Amino acid sequence: MTVYAPPGTEGSIVKYETRYDHWIGGEYVPPAKGQYFDNPSPVTGQTFCEIARGTADDVERALDAAHGAAPGWARTSVAERANILNRIADRMEANLEKLAVAESWENGKPVRETLAADLPLAVDHFRYFAGALRAQEGSLGEIDDDTVAYHFHEPLGVVAQIIPWNFPILMAVWKLAPALAAGNAVVLKPAEQTPASIHYLISLVGDLLPPGVLNIVNGFGVEAGKPLASSKRVAKVAFTGETTTGRLIMQYASENIIPVTLELGGKSPNLFFDDVSRADDDFMDKALEGFAMFALNQGEVCTCPSRALIQRGHYSDFLAAGVKRVENMKQGNPLDTDTQVGAQASNDQLEKILSYFDIGRQEGAKILIGGARTELGGDLAGGYYVQPTVFEGSNSMRIFQEEIFGPVVSVTSFTDYADAIKIANDTLYGLGAGVWTRDINQAYRAGREIQAGRVWTNCYHQYPAHAAFGGYKQSGIGRENHKMMLDHYQQTKNLLVSYSPKAMGFF
Amino acid sequence: MGTGTRVEVTPAAAEVLRSLRGRHGPLMFHQSGGCCDGSAPMCYLEGEFRTGASDILLEELHIDGVAEPVSFWMSTAQYETWKHTHLTVDVVPGRGSGFSLEAPDGVRFLIRSRLLTPSDGQPQNGSD
Repeated sequence: MTVYAPPGTEGSIVKYETRYDHWIGGEYVPPAKGQYFDNPSPVTGQTFCEIARGTADDVERALDAAHGAAPGWARTSVAERANILNRIADRMEANLEKLAVAESWENGKPVRETLAADLPLAVDHFRYFAGALRAQEGSLGEIDDDTVAYHFHEPLGVVAQIIPWNFPILMAVWKLAPALAAGNAVVLKPAEQTPASIHYLISLVGDLLPPGVLNIVNGFGVEAGKPLASSKRVAKVAFTGETTTGRLIMQYASENIIPVTLELGGKSPNLFFDDVSRADDDFMDKALEGFAMFALNQGEVCTCPSRALIQRGHYSDFLAAGVKRVENMKQGNPLDTDTQVGAQASNDQLEKILSYFDIGRQEGAKILIGGARTELGGDLAGGYYVQPTVFEGSNSMRIFQEEIFGPVVSVTSFTDYADAIKIANDTLYGLGAGVWTRDINQAYRAGREIQAGRVWTNCYHQYPAHAAFGGYKQSGIGRENHKMMLDHYQQTKNLLVSYSPKAMGFF
Repeated sequence: MGTGTRVEVTPAAAEVLRSLRGRHGPLMFHQSGGCCDGSAPMCYLEGEFRTGASDILLEELHIDGVAEPVSFWMSTAQYETWKHTHLTVDVVPGRGSGFSLEAPDGVRFLIRSRLLTPSDGQPQNGSD
């Protein structure tokens, strides 16, 4: 067990700056309007740094820098671009513990997770795209004896990326690694709830990229995100967030006729067929962990398995064992490596979760465990902690239909395979799903019938870089991860070449 | 405001709306779904968010001190799962909410819900 000292206190391995400006053109630039906002840690509710409050002027300045750097970066050989991504990965790996503590302090997530998941995945993501880029080739089609169609990958140019607050570093890296690999320059806006982690990362790797290739403008959505997303000077917008803002970004993009990729969340079903409980063995244990995965990252994951669908035959016993798992979760100081459940990322997030406890109760859902704020003492008293909560109810209730984004699972039963698929697909969303069964035929059929971009089969919450991730239905457009992401950040250039000296004969 | 409506506004939220109206102009809400800042009502300048056939106008909110009603929209698909509930727009301290206008003021609109009752005079077909 290790308890890390809070950043900025004696003995801490992390020291945040007291203020972060915008990272533009390879240097820190103060905001044009001179304004800053406070950045509190959800661990204690206390402010630990202030952040530049960006506006349209700052976005323009970042776009100037990005446009200045984009042509040179696009011409940089793929070997060199891949080398730089690998150097970033190496630097991150060498500083993994610091980055993990820094992100935990800003987001409230347990350092246990940042050490084991967020940061190792981010490191691997850079390495994966460094490798994928090296292996990427264009194509040629031999149309006829004299005519050849060549297809080249070309960068889009300058792209905008708007990052969510639930994985401040990993979600930034999911977008940055393929965009940079593909030869684009980036203007990135971190979430205003978690803007400092990415700057801590920049303090470690900022020197590795040519100035202007990556620019970071901080600020609020309406003041900095909107001018970036609606700019005529970006070739693409990538956004992770919610449906209304996703639609708004599509509307802006339609004005500029540019592509968007959107990842907008879900209400992911986690299906447990009767045969899971056939034996009390390792697989049963793994399935129970799969049930408890709703509390990973305090439920602040777009693919949170927030609907557990349990088949009638083993419903009572499996649910009782699942609740027992939840009972054993250790909640507390996120900087303690034994802590499994930390703090919600912000006060507003805490309030929203509490409002869902309220409507869940009103609709008649039964609380099997949790259902309230967690009051911790000492320095953590001002933090935003919520008890891991299990609701039992029916799929038409709002707690089954809306993403609560907290450590909350809503449980209901199903009778048979057809009923399971019906309930699983009775949702507006289609991002993730889980299927647990010892019957591989059933697992395969269910996985294909569930309308979701990612169906974890006898596992959950794994995010390897080479598995495509993205949504069906209202969960979004496009994918993240996998080498196909290079295409998402590239134009296709076709050279259609005739090697015949003869006229076509029309005129 | 008052009974017989599907959406109401708390006095604190009304105060924020008056302030935003004074600084920015006529306002609208579109209720969001999905992750991160989802499930929150997003407040925009009227017309900033283009509503269409996939949206339903739930309410024209009349706020004291705001010249024109503030429209409250939701996607029809989301409304199908919300229609048995009555919504109250409240405001809490917070940061960040998509491109919603109130976020830079350190506050955030929040929906509080209750089940519709016969006295609301609205259809209550909902959770079964």
